[in-house]
Amino acid sequence: MKFSEQWLREWVNPAIGTQELMDQITMAGLEVDGFEPVAGQFSGVVVGEVQSVTPHPDADKLRVCQVSDGTQTVQVVCGAPNVRDGLKVPFAVVGAVLPGDFKIKKAKLRGQPSEGMLCSESELGLSESHDGLMELPADAPVGQYVADYLNLNDVTIDVDLTPNRSDCLSIKGIAREVGVLNSLVVEGPEIHPVEAVHSEVPDIRIEATAGCPRYLGRILRNVNLRSQSPLWMQEKLRRSGIRSIDAAVDVTNYVMLELGQPMHAFDRTEIQGGIVVRMAKAGEKLVLLDGQEVELTEQTLIIADHEKPVAIAGVMGGEHSGVSAQTGDLILESAYFDPITLAGKARGYGLHTDASHRFERGVDYKLAREAMERATQLLLEIVGGEPGEIIEVISKDDLPKDRSVDLRATRLYDVLGLDIDRTTVEEILTRLGLHIDKLLKDGWRVSVPSFRPDISIEEDLIEEVGRIFGYNNLPVTEPTGSLGLRQEDEATRPISAIQSFFVDNGYQEAITYSFVDPKVQQLIDPEREGIALANPISSDLSVMRTSLWSGLLKTAAYNQNRQQARIRLFETGLRFEQVGERIDQQQMLAGVVVGSQYPENWANGRRTADFFDVKGDLESLFRLLGIEIQFVGSQHPALHPGQTAELLRDGEHVGWLGTLHPQVQKNLELNGTILVFELFLDSIVTGYVPNFKEISKFPEVRRDLAMIVGSDIAFADVERVAKKHAGEQLTALRAFDVYEGENLGEGNRSLALSLFWQHPERTLNEDEVHSLFNGVIDALKEELGATLRS
Amino acid sequence: MENLEQLVQDGLAAVDKADSLQALDHIRVEYLGKKGVITQQAKTLGKLSAEERPAAGQKINEAKGQVEQAINARRTELERAAIEAKLASESIDVTLPGRGQDLGGLHPVTRTLQRIEQFFSRAGYTVEQGPEIEDDYHNFEALNIPGHHPARAMHDTFYFNPGTLLRTHTSPVQIRTMEAGKPPFRMICPGRVYRCDSDMTHTPMFHQVEGLLVEKDVSFADLKSTVEEFLRVFFERDLEVRFRPSYFPFTEPSAEVDIEWGREADGSIKWLEVMGCGMVHPKVFEHCGIDAEEYRGFAFGLGVERLAMLRYGVNDLRMFFENDLRFLRQFR
Repeated sequence: MKFSEQWLREWVNPAIGTQELMDQITMAGLEVDGFEPVAGQFSGVVVGEVQSVTPHPDADKLRVCQVSDGTQTVQVVCGAPNVRDGLKVPFAVVGAVLPGDFKIKKAKLRGQPSEGMLCSESELGLSESHDGLMELPADAPVGQYVADYLNLNDVTIDVDLTPNRSDCLSIKGIAREVGVLNSLVVEGPEIHPVEAVHSEVPDIRIEATAGCPRYLGRILRNVNLRSQSPLWMQEKLRRSGIRSIDAAVDVTNYVMLELGQPMHAFDRTEIQGGIVVRMAKAGEKLVLLDGQEVELTEQTLIIADHEKPVAIAGVMGGEHSGVSAQTGDLILESAYFDPITLAGKARGYGLHTDASHRFERGVDYKLAREAMERATQLLLEIVGGEPGEIIEVISKDDLPKDRSVDLRATRLYDVLGLDIDRTTVEEILTRLGLHIDKLLKDGWRVSVPSFRPDISIEEDLIEEVGRIFGYNNLPVTEPTGSLGLRQEDEATRPISAIQSFFVDNGYQEAITYSFVDPKVQQLIDPEREGIALANPISSDLSVMRTSLWSGLLKTAAYNQNRQQARIRLFETGLRFEQVGERIDQQQMLAGVVVGSQYPENWANGRRTADFFDVKGDLESLFRLLGIEIQFVGSQHPALHPGQTAELLRDGEHVGWLGTLHPQVQKNLELNGTILVFELFLDSIVTGYVPNFKEISKFPEVRRDLAMIVGSDIAFADVERVAKKHAGEQLTALRAFDVYEGENLGEGNRSLALSLFWQHPERTLNEDEVHSLFNGVIDALKEELGATLRS
Repeated sequence: MENLEQLVQDGLAAVDKADSLQALDHIRVEYLGKKGVITQQAKTLGKLSAEERPAAGQKINEAKGQVEQAINARRTELERAAIEAKLASESIDVTLPGRGQDLGGLHPVTRTLQRIEQFFSRAGYTVEQGPEIEDDYHNFEALNIPGHHPARAMHDTFYFNPGTLLRTHTSPVQIRTMEAGKPPFRMICPGRVYRCDSDMTHTPMFHQVEGLLVEKDVSFADLKSTVEEFLRVFFERDLEVRFRPSYFPFTEPSAEVDIEWGREADGSIKWLEVMGCGMVHPKVFEHCGIDAEEYRGFAFGLGVERLAMLRYGVNDLRMFFENDLRFLRQFR
């Protein structure tokens, strides 16, 4: 809400400066977003009168004018199309300085001397309008400084109101707040009922009483809409961010700004039969004042005549029924529309108007008559005419009920933490326009005025008292409350431990958007369909990720395009999957590695990171978490068919590790060998609580063997068979060499293993170890077709 | 016996010339070994009378001792030289960089979140998580934002269908936690939130931390101290904090929190809005089955990126989600 400081001060004028005033209302919850002088900085501009206009002898578009500044008449060359005899205009005399430090000097224009300049609104910083000279009223006193004449020592203050404070969407409302804050009486213009001079009334019928519990109409005959609204009104509107249109529209806007009641004026001759307030019928159309034609929905409350819609109630009038310079008889509308009925309706038509803004937030449901009288009074002053009676149609049951709310002093104290004395509370409430109906044993019964639809419970009153008393005047105390110790599951590691692990191992954490490009996701996870947003911000952020790889791989590409060759990224976050009716939201841990395994330097060499580097990192992670994970050769549509491991914990799938498929890599415009992994966090964070075992005092025995097995036999199979036959005292089994070569024959490889045995209570003898070792060798030969390498 | 004197002189000279441990060992064998020239002198003793023998024997022993001592001294010397030579040959350029993996780093948002979580954990707050695809009830209704409420316009919501959306704040986690448990509560809910808005100062996804304390006896004054302390701990400065009345459907009274952030040209404090807070609205308690007469609560919420920007001087919000390594590496 924008308003003029001067206008506010007509209602209530505290002895504080502009800045202090703005600080004061900001700290009362009406946040000032900014302010602006109502005109540019200028001096030496007076009201001038054009006395004669003659064509310029040497220029078609210029005129030579004689202009009076009140003391003398000088010649001014002017190019504005609207310059004419007798016009009163802002006149910048020689020596004047216009906004932008533009000094007015004597000049010659195409040979004709010119002493001064006639000004447009934009040249004085009053508006953007370039349509010729600013025309001042005929009674403007020639020679008076324009800044004084227009009272330009004023600022426009812009308040960003919260949606609950509809009561402050008017000068009256803001003045009420300022009055409370400064303990001043607030005085507005006197508003009296206007006496009717004829008995014609509009025919009004309300069909949708829930949406419109109150509708007032009045006929104003024989108005003259050719006359403009007065300058003071135009200026107040301009300073409140509203452009002057014509007298009828200006008056309705003025009353809306002044009192907070949006109104509308219809051309009586365009209303067929009478006014009907009803819900629209499907398919009905209306051309609005802004020229756009809309098809109305059945949920839209409209104003219609007996034939057709003429306005969207509380949003915007129709073009056809609107007033024009030719309008002779007006029907004035002043109504209360239900906020819930109107909620979101304007937005549905792509509209947001001053009226809809107010009605959606709640207009004072008792204001309509006062506003009607005020508008009538102003119209009579400006455009004349003959007022009729007001006709008011009410559906009492649908009007908001008058409310009273109890405020307990103890509750006030409990919530705010401060014992505010009773008289202060009473004064705050009263000045806010709340009426204390009754003193209760522990507080007050307060009736809520119709302009405060936001107040309906005790907390609303507590907030009002706290707000006016000043939040910063309330005390500061420490919460008390018991602080018991909390259960923490030792076997479960916090995510922060996992994050630290990756950081320590050279990974940089990334945070990518949870919504991704469906094309990228299709490449990575073709079997799952991402859940699509109904209103995405753009097509490349339109489906929810089913894997964190989409974002991480895009991030890798982004960085490769910025000369970052070595990339190690990880991310934790949710992935989303539709499973029947349910949406599955699972915490994932994912990573991508590309480039050299170590930072390139003299000692590290330039070896490119491979599958086993990343596997090693994950194995360390699993040791940290205290869990056993099996890596099983498998297939994944986005991964290299020969370099993909599915990760299992106790046979359950927990994730993937692999090299990105070269085709996917190419499609994503990535370079190098890309390693990716992704794990279900919840499946891996819980390990075990350590359980001490006695350390054996007896020596450990080691035996090595090298054997040739088929290349299709996995190390895991060898390990499994060996462990099965190695007996209980096997403490470790390691592969210390893997070799493939022509000398082994096609399809074979050599695996070299070390086995370690140790008994907890005695030294193992040679025969025992020998027999276990041979048992392992025999089993490998028998079960896996291995042969000992000689 | 003159011969012995000569032999000692020769031996000492040879020891002196020996330039390796090997050469020195040769000299030891040559002079002092079983067949060494000085050892052999003992054979001459037989030719001497019994009176002369002890003196002659002693001389031979002295000669052996003299040479042996020289050999030992020379050995120590040679050994030391060998070690020195070895050390000299082993010297390295200690200014070359070390070997091994580089250190990664946390995203600045995580870094900020971890600090915030730490502060509140120490004060007894639990850290709660919840779904990001939410239902309308938990994101709006239960927080006293019914369908027609103008405050819905303040949340540019991403929808999947009319009842399902991306959470616009982490408050629904508070609702879910209150539904599932019993008061008192002390919790913070950190996480990703989403608003359908993207420009210089908005990203469609960002992070929030919302806090909630529900006790039998808690007031706005307690909220003030919690928020003030947090901001001072976070920025590690004794900054000015002010509470400005505002409006959120789920709290009442509600406030926005400004901190002192520099000075205006005229010397007055430049205020910067950093948080929102308030006392839990009775409607919210009602939705969670908590008796608002018995319990009161306060809640607060903050934007993590905004605090990270202020803390680390980041000037463009969008950088947080570009994940440019040159940006991320600055926070490790």
